[in-house]
Amino acid sequence: MMKNLKQKMVALAGDQAVAFAAKQSDVDVVAAYPITPQTIIVEQFSEYVANGEVETEFICTESEHSAMAASIAASATGARAFTASASAGLALMHEMLFVASGCRVPVVMAIANRALSAPLNIHGDHSDSMAQRDSGWIQMYAENSQEAYDSIIQAFKIAENSNVLLPVMVGLDGFTLSHTLENVETFSDETVKEYVGIRKIANVLTHEGKLAPFRLDPKNPMTMGPIALQNYYFEFKRQQEEAMSNALMVIQNVNKEYGEISGRKYGNGLIDEYYLKDAEIAVICIGSTAGTMKTIVDQLRNEGIKAGLLRIRTFRPFPSEDIRTALSNVKAIAVMDKSMSFGGNGGPTFHEIRNALYDSNPRPFIVNYIYGLGGRDTSPTQLRTIYSDLQQILTKQTIDQPIKYLGLRD
Amino acid sequence: MTSKNKNWKEIAPAGVCSKSSKSFLTGDWKTYTPIRDVKKCVRCLTCVIFCPDGAINWVPDKKDIEFDMSYCKGCGICANECPTKAITMKLE
Amino acid sequence: MTTQEWKFTAKEIANKPDLFLPGHRACAGCVPATVLKLVMKATRGPTIVTEATGCMEVVSSIYPYTSWATPWLHTAFETAAANASGIEAALKIMKKKGRISQEHVDVIAIAGDGGTFDIGFQALSGAVERGHDFLFLLYDNEAYMNTGIQRSSGTPHGAATTTSPAGSSVPGKLEYKKPLADIMIAHNMEYVATASPYYWRDLITKVRKGLEVEGPAFLHVFAPCPRGWRSNPAKSIEYSKLAVETCVFPIWEAVNGNYKLSSPSKLLSLAPQKKKPVSDYLKGQGRFRHMFKPENKALLDEVQNITDKRWKQLLKKCNLS
Repeated sequence: MMKNLKQKMVALAGDQAVAFAAKQSDVDVVAAYPITPQTIIVEQFSEYVANGEVETEFICTESEHSAMAASIAASATGARAFTASASAGLALMHEMLFVASGCRVPVVMAIANRALSAPLNIHGDHSDSMAQRDSGWIQMYAENSQEAYDSIIQAFKIAENSNVLLPVMVGLDGFTLSHTLENVETFSDETVKEYVGIRKIANVLTHEGKLAPFRLDPKNPMTMGPIALQNYYFEFKRQQEEAMSNALMVIQNVNKEYGEISGRKYGNGLIDEYYLKDAEIAVICIGSTAGTMKTIVDQLRNEGIKAGLLRIRTFRPFPSEDIRTALSNVKAIAVMDKSMSFGGNGGPTFHEIRNALYDSNPRPFIVNYIYGLGGRDTSPTQLRTIYSDLQQILTKQTIDQPIKYLGLRD
Repeated sequence: MTSKNKNWKEIAPAGVCSKSSKSFLTGDWKTYTPIRDVKKCVRCLTCVIFCPDGAINWVPDKKDIEFDMSYCKGCGICANECPTKAITMKLE
Repeated sequence: MTTQEWKFTAKEIANKPDLFLPGHRACAGCVPATVLKLVMKATRGPTIVTEATGCMEVVSSIYPYTSWATPWLHTAFETAAANASGIEAALKIMKKKGRISQEHVDVIAIAGDGGTFDIGFQALSGAVERGHDFLFLLYDNEAYMNTGIQRSSGTPHGAATTTSPAGSSVPGKLEYKKPLADIMIAHNMEYVATASPYYWRDLITKVRKGLEVEGPAFLHVFAPCPRGWRSNPAKSIEYSKLAVETCVFPIWEAVNGNYKLSSPSKLLSLAPQKKKPVSDYLKGQGRFRHMFKPENKALLDEVQNITDKRWKQLLKKCNLS
């Protein structure tokens, strides 16, 4: 086993870090379409192609829908496929996302998270990928560019694991991460290539009664993506759920083994805990907001306030048990959502957390903060009010307002 | 009926088909059956070419064609296209 | 197209093992099924097929059964050409990296008129523009048959479908059939052709030519549907002949944009008196029944006129007028 391998510090914007990781992961096919704030990824990758730095077929498709279709088909042919998108592009892919997970192709996709129209808005929030949370894709969200780099490399290991075989999307906050330069520790091309390895393809039984690698191969004809009716469709959906549940363990293992070669771990791979052990109040958030939140927790701790933070790194499969355990001593929780579920009584993360903590005894107070939509800036001062609200809830032992809009002009 | 089918742990993932449709017989769909007059048939293979269901085969050993009634849906294309009118469709 | 170029006999075709297998669940008298069977007989070696959602996709892949003896992928309705892009790109790079055998693999994308003229058109145009090496095979049964006979932009003028019914104020579909093969030629494709299964040698030859092109090729195949056309299943192949004989669906090929009539249509250009009236083709088809009512005489005349006009335009493109 490789241990603490040599790395090099490079200044990279999140998008560049993603493109660099994809390049190093020796992807065979990239099929993509430009969209802000993801564009730097495809531009950067095009440069690798133009300069002969990668052995990759790059397909500049005429739409995101075709980008995903081509990625699925390339992956079904046995190639390692990568793509990237955001916002409207991801929405256009919606149909194909379900096809990808249903066909069990390990496509990896980076999402530079951005608001959805209308009104048109190019800035960061989580509306795009949250709207795809039930598409059967594994969803991971990065806190910074370093994690975006690391997560893309890990994503191939997770997606291609024979117990998983599911597509993975890695979210990075539009502009906040996608366009901001950060120092990123990077491996050599050889190290990543060796770590990720050549895609291994599991065998399946074909209609000719042969066990053959699960791909389109004239030597072993196989029918992929058929029609399955009332008698079988349900069974395939149950298989996908099993794969998701297997992914919980695989993501943790990959996080651990990657930690050994890089010296970097993201919590247990599923959730990232910050001062939760003895916390009485805690905030749950996703993505780059966690960076600011950690500074606030530090301040609060200095003031003697038992505050903590839980960052959800893996949203699908949703790590309910890990979250329950991590929050077992917390008495009041604020869930932050950078997207809305209109008419749904709170944002998507709020729903998940309330669901996960329903069985906790005693059950903590849980409130929801919708924030940052369309790239609306949320200041540290505003974020700090969340903790003071939680303290008030504990004092009063009641929730006045379960869902609040942080930074909205009321 | 579903109890006869395999459960979710037994089937290959992603709907990779496990059987050839050759084991799915469509012959009982038909109302009309093609009857060939062997004397009129010139073995031109027009019917073999046009049959949508692959139900008429050329058998090189016999130097003759053979109808496979287990697939024939009785459409009558063979009878309609036969240049010597060697095939007639008979109500079953 | 000349038959001299044809190297195989009916016996050789019959002897070639089927790649599109019996036991599929197409309706009785389904010509798209005949087309697919013949197209797969024309393959020259290892071939991967990708198919759009539609009749032929559904009837050939009802889990756990498959009618495909060659690797086959379906993803969605509008994606046949995009799938072909991904497959071709994957084959190319994996070959380069030595991960698969160096043997050439042909890629065929198959779609009906809905998946080609309408919902799949953007993906088709994009894949052709990018120059992927694949054959796009359109089996045109002139409506959305799989969903219950709704009009597409491939449905001909006057035809009654469930979304263009022949009513008292609107007599069937008002719009004209989109000239798709011409539009594909406008993409500067090396090989575009139309074919009719009645002329099966011509069809098979064109499939082979399309496969031999290094780059995208487009083949538009006329494929009668007795269920959707409300016609006698036994006459399905006959209609594919009548469509050519009336010049409703002339068969031709264009190599690098140079149009050339194929023999059966060429014959009609040489002997115009042999060109049959469109009514010979329309009668007997339930979708055109209303056109034979006295009050719809103008509609019938119009179909004849538009057919003649398009035939003349085609002759001009072939430098035959």
